[in-house]
Parts: sequence; structure tokens; C-alpha cells
Amino acid sequence: MTEKILLKGNEAVALAAIRCGCDAYFGYPITPQSEILETLIEQHPEKQTGMVVLQAESETAAINMLYGGAACGKKVMTSSSSPGISLMAEGISYIAGAELPCIIVNVMRGGPGLGTIQPGQADYFQTVKGGGHGDYRLIALAPASVQEMNDFVELGFDLAFKYRNPVMIVTDGVIGQMMEKVQLSPSKPRLTDQEIEKLYGDWATTGKPAYRKRNIATSLDLDPGKQEQFNMHLRKKYLEIERNEVRYEPFMCEDAEYILVAYGLSARVCRKTVELAREAGIKAGLIRPVTLFPYPYKAIESVVPRVKGILTVEMSAGQMTEDVALAVKGKIPVWFHGRTGGMLPSPEDVFSLLKNIINGTFDSADVPGINYQL
Amino acid sequence: MEQNIIKQEKNKVYQKSKLLIDRVMHYCPGCSHGTVHKILAETIEELGIQEKTIGISPVGCAVLLYEYIDIDWQEAAHGRAPALATAVKRLYPDKYVFTYQGDGDLASIGTGEIIHACNRGENITVIFINNAIYGMTGGQMAPTTLEGMQTSTTPRGRSHIETGFPIKITEMIAMLPGVVYATRQSVDTASAVRKTKKAFLKAFKSQELKKGTSFIEIVSTCNSGWKMTPVEANHWMRENMFPVFPVGDIKDLI
Repeated sequence: MTEKILLKGNEAVALAAIRCGCDAYFGYPITPQSEILETLIEQHPEKQTGMVVLQAESETAAINMLYGGAACGKKVMTSSSSPGISLMAEGISYIAGAELPCIIVNVMRGGPGLGTIQPGQADYFQTVKGGGHGDYRLIALAPASVQEMNDFVELGFDLAFKYRNPVMIVTDGVIGQMMEKVQLSPSKPRLTDQEIEKLYGDWATTGKPAYRKRNIATSLDLDPGKQEQFNMHLRKKYLEIERNEVRYEPFMCEDAEYILVAYGLSARVCRKTVELAREAGIKAGLIRPVTLFPYPYKAIESVVPRVKGILTVEMSAGQMTEDVALAVKGKIPVWFHGRTGGMLPSPEDVFSLLKNIINGTFDSADVPGINYQL
Repeated sequence: MEQNIIKQEKNKVYQKSKLLIDRVMHYCPGCSHGTVHKILAETIEELGIQEKTIGISPVGCAVLLYEYIDIDWQEAAHGRAPALATAVKRLYPDKYVFTYQGDGDLASIGTGEIIHACNRGENITVIFINNAIYGMTGGQMAPTTLEGMQTSTTPRGRSHIETGFPIKITEMIAMLPGVVYATRQSVDTASAVRKTKKAFLKAFKSQELKKGTSFIEIVSTCNSGWKMTPVEANHWMRENMFPVFPVGDIKDLI
């Protein structure tokens, strides 16, 4: 058993990267995630494991460094926050198009534009519906604790290499900045160049030995027929991910009459709301999506026949709630409560809204924030 | 009969590089890219570094460069090749890493990446094709387009009042302490080809010294974009490009 230590979410990501044998981190400072780069520089992993850490000149450069490193078959990671992720969108699309494995951490802040440096969850659409151009998907992991910030780094690399697909760890400024006790992962050595050649020699650009054909990392095919075939191949891969990798956490859902759906920090708030409701004799439960892509549509769909309604809570004006509505297919009502601009939802406000929903007195002015029925 | 007597191994004085893949190139007849590709393949072959070389190809006419030379390749987004090369070289410090970029790629959309890669003194070689025009997209103005030069987006000739001056990026790059070798060459004559080849060998060998970036600009022709015959294009280049982009070493600390 490794030691349990008190860490910020951002620090946990940095330490987890070193301990899981990450080969390189490239990043550009932006609040509220700069501790990831700072912690890595401070730890000086070049001396510990040989891991490369480099402050890039921009997010654009950082994501393209990630492309270069990933195309070599190396475990590479970057991190940023909302406006920086927008700058990376081009590179993310290229990485997905070239089918390269890597981790991108988005410690979200409120937007749009320069927005605020306070926490937000308004990059859901950007994460799971696109962001960059073209038909691609990111595997999106949404940690709700500092422990998960640690755990999802290794899980992220496993999934990234299993599917040769970029993984996004999508979290918010609270999870990034808050401190909790963390069980660190056991340290693993980095793969050697020989191991990389053996494992990924059929695609990694490591210098062409005489015994194999040349490897090319590219997302280009000018032949429309071949490009369509490639898109069909990608779709097949994404369907496989949807079949195998859905992760979610149900909480007190067995007998629930009303279900809350929330991820990340909002899920922690809603967990408290469920406890408040249960104390008051209200049968409430929570479904926390852990993967945002693939999304746990079936988990939500499966509770529809036995619940009276669903309340989605997000730090956005209503993004994930559209996927909740997709799962519900109009069979039961879906309400939404959102805080934006760096404001946080509170368990009491969510509980107050839930009570009004149950009493049939829901009003969009009940509690601060954006409240509506879909 | 006489032919067979001459065609013997011992009489061979020149042959196509084994690294050049046997296929028809997509370049227009007269384009400089083909000649530079040949020099590049010969350089890698002569240094015996095929197994240790990773190339980064650009967006532009040379986007399909990876189809022509038998090494491992990464195809970068427009202008981003130096960022890819930075990561590759940092992760494989003993491999030979180069970017191949045009003027739009390197001197317009990719200025941030090239300046900072060179300023960090990344131990890579940069091959920069400057033909003063956007070839692949059909002849628009490049950052290096000469004043008065007509392109599809400067039909009345480039005016610095409207669109600035032709950018001398190699001179700017040479000012950076991270750069150990900056040279401007051409491939319009046999002797120019030989000089460019020497520059290539020197630049690639310099990666072993781990002293910084080596940067080679090749003043090139785009006869299709310039709407000239290949011969006219070479003349025009010498008369008009060379005064603005003079050929020769700009910095040599190797």
C-alpha cells in the first residue's frame, strides 16, 4: 500500500502522471490548473524517471507537441482550462484523426470568452459533441474527487492506448484546487524504447528499421472513398467504446422516485441533496456519469419506468441535460438547475427546487441560477 | 552493344537515392520541391541515418512528402511542425528530426512555433521552402511575396501599405541564440544544388553536436503559381527574388 497524502486535485494529476510512467508533459499556464505544470517542474521527473516536462509557448504548441510525442508511441499529457482547450481544438482533431493516444486535462472555468477564472462545467458540449472539426470523439472521464484525479490518469492512459484515441479528463476549478487525502498509485517505470517498438511498432514513428515498412502519423486522405472508409472505421471504434467503457456511479437509486443527474463537483453537491431529501423522507437518488463519452444513456433509461422525474444539475446553462433528455425520450419530465459564471450550486438550493418539483410548484425563479423544465 | 559495355556497375557515377520511393510525384513540372526532396533523400542515405530519422511534413504543396521518402513521418497541422519536432527530439534525443515547411506554413501561420522552437535551440533541422506564393491553394499572397508581385489575392501587385513587406524570416531566425546554422540556398543550377546538398549534410550532422537548431531556406520557384515556364521562373527568381532574399550563409556557429 502506498502512502495517503493530502493533495490538491491538480497536484494529484501531476504526481499520478510521474508515477504511472508518463513520458512527457507539455503545457501552458492558465488558471485554475497551473499547479499541474508547476508541480511537475518542482518534482523534476527528468531526474526520477526521465519524463520530459516542457512549458510550451502556447496551448497551440503544447497540443502539437502532444501530437509529436504521441505519434512516437510515448505516453504524453497536457492540461489546460477552457479558453486554452479552445486553442487546442485544432490539434485535438488532428490527434483524433491520426488515432494517437494521449491525455488532455481540462480544469474547466466559466465562459464564454475570457469568462472567469472561477469553476465551471460549460465545456460539456466542447468535450463530447465536438470542439474541433470533423467526426471524432474523445473518451471523456469526469472525476469528482482528488482521488479520482489521481486514478483517472492511469485509467486514461490505459484507455487511450487500448483504443488509440485521445482521452480528456474533464473536471472543474474546484476539483482542481481543493485538497483531499489521496492514495497514490504504485510507481511504474516508463516503457523502454525497445518495449515501445515491440508494442507499437506497427504505427509509432520511432525511426524506420530495415525490417518494417515506414510508419506515418497523418489524418490526411485526399481520396474521398478512403476518407469515408476511415470515418466508418472511427465510428466502429467509437461504438466499441460505447459498448465497453461506460462508467457511472448510482447513489440510492434503488427505490428512488426522483433522480438527480450530475457529474464532477455538481455530483458532490447533489449527493448532499439526496442525503437532505432522504432525511426529510423524500426518496431521491443520484446518477453520476463518470464517463461523459461514452455517456450512460442506458443507466438513465433504465430508471425511467420507476421514477417520476429527473433533475439535472450543472455549472452551465444546460448542456449535459440534453443527453439526459435523449435518454429519457420524453417519457418523464426533466428539469434543469444550473449555476454559471463561477457560481456554484448548493445542496440546499437543489433540495428546495426538488421539493417544489414534487409539490408541483416549480418556478424558474425558485432559487438563484438558470432553472427550467425541458 | 556499345550501350551494354557502358552500362556496368563500375562505370556508374550517379544513381537515384534508394530512399526515394519509386512513384510519380504530384508536383508541377519545374517545381523546386522535387529537387529538394532528392537532396533530402540523398542526405539521409549518405549519412546512413534512415533508421534514426523522423521527418515532419507540412501543410502546403509538400503535404504528401511522406509518400516520397522511405522514413518514418508525422504529418503536422498547418504551421505546427516545429512543435511536433520539439517533442520528438526531446523524447528521442539521439534521433535525427527535421521539419519541411513552406513559406505560408513557416513564415505566416506557424511563426509562433518556429520562433520558439529555434529560440529554445531545439536540436532539429528546419528545411524552409520559400517560393513567395501559396502553391497548393492556388497562388495567393505569401508572407514572402515580393512588393509589386501579382498573386490571386494581390491582383494589382503586393503593396506594403496594404499587406506589409516580404518577411525575411531567416534573418530573424538567425538572430536567435538557439540557432547555430542559418543559410539561404537555391536549387536552380547544378552548382546551387551541390551547395544546397552540402548545407543539408552539415545541418543534419550538426544535430549530433546538440548545440542548437540548423535552418536552411531554399529560395524556390513556383512556375504554376507565378504563371511562367520553368526556365522563365528560374530567370525571374534570380532577377527578382535573390536581391530581396540573397543566397549564402547568414549564421554559422558549427
